[in-house]
Amino acid sequence: MSLKAFHIFFISVSILLALGFAGWMIQEYAHDGKILTLAGALTSVVVGVALAIYGFRFLRKLRHVSYL
Amino acid sequence: MEIPYTITARPDTGLFNAKLGVWLFLTSEVMLFGALFTTYILLRVGAPTWPHGELDVPLATLNTAVLITSSITMVMAWASLVLKEWKKHKLYLAATILLGVAFLVIKAFEYGHHFAEGELPNKSTFLAIYFTLTGLHGLHVIGGMIVNSYLFFMGGKMWKTQPERFTNRIEVAGLYWHFVDLVWIFLFPVLYLL
Repeated sequence: MSLKAFHIFFISVSILLALGFAGWMIQEYAHDGKILTLAGALTSVVVGVALAIYGFRFLRKLRHVSYL
Repeated sequence: MEIPYTITARPDTGLFNAKLGVWLFLTSEVMLFGALFTTYILLRVGAPTWPHGELDVPLATLNTAVLITSSITMVMAWASLVLKEWKKHKLYLAATILLGVAFLVIKAFEYGHHFAEGELPNKSTFLAIYFTLTGLHGLHVIGGMIVNSYLFFMGGKMWKTQPERFTNRIEVAGLYWHFVDLVWIFLFPVLYLL
């Protein structure tokens, strides 16, 4: 597996973490009701989306490089 | 005598030597961290109570962002070499090293707070496994930074004589760095959130 393929796997796991963290923050918000916690959840979703966009752009940039 | 398959792939494996070597090494690392994660799970399910909210989530979140960013700069350092952009490579590799330093500084700050509070590994099972997992991970970060620093300073001379071989070295270092960051991606929710 090349660094390209491993990076795509890493970014996919990072997206899952960002979305999972957003879920955890929303759960925390239900307990503490702090607006900062809700803002953290929204930021985490934005980071997840940004990582997905980055992943597609990265793939496009290195489309000629092998996955092996 | 020239060492074969440092640039081109071996016909039987489809990989150049260093890439096969690093994947074998990473396999052993998966077993090491896998054993420790299993230990954590067994300790946790066997404990009557497990502490919650004792760790600094905002600091760990910042450290997670630092490591994800460092993986992006690391892969960009390699991609820059593939695209023959030496100056960009140096910039991205320097950023990767600095982000590694930032991770360790934040971690040292976190450790310092625990020590000041008297929260040492011998105080509880949770703290013992926390310091074992994060300490071992920290040592891996230091290892990656040593390799990246070598490639940034002395090792970079190879780019002038054997650019393809140097690109392969950066790729191999990048694979290791990604693995170390991936371990943290699992450590963060397991230790801090769940």
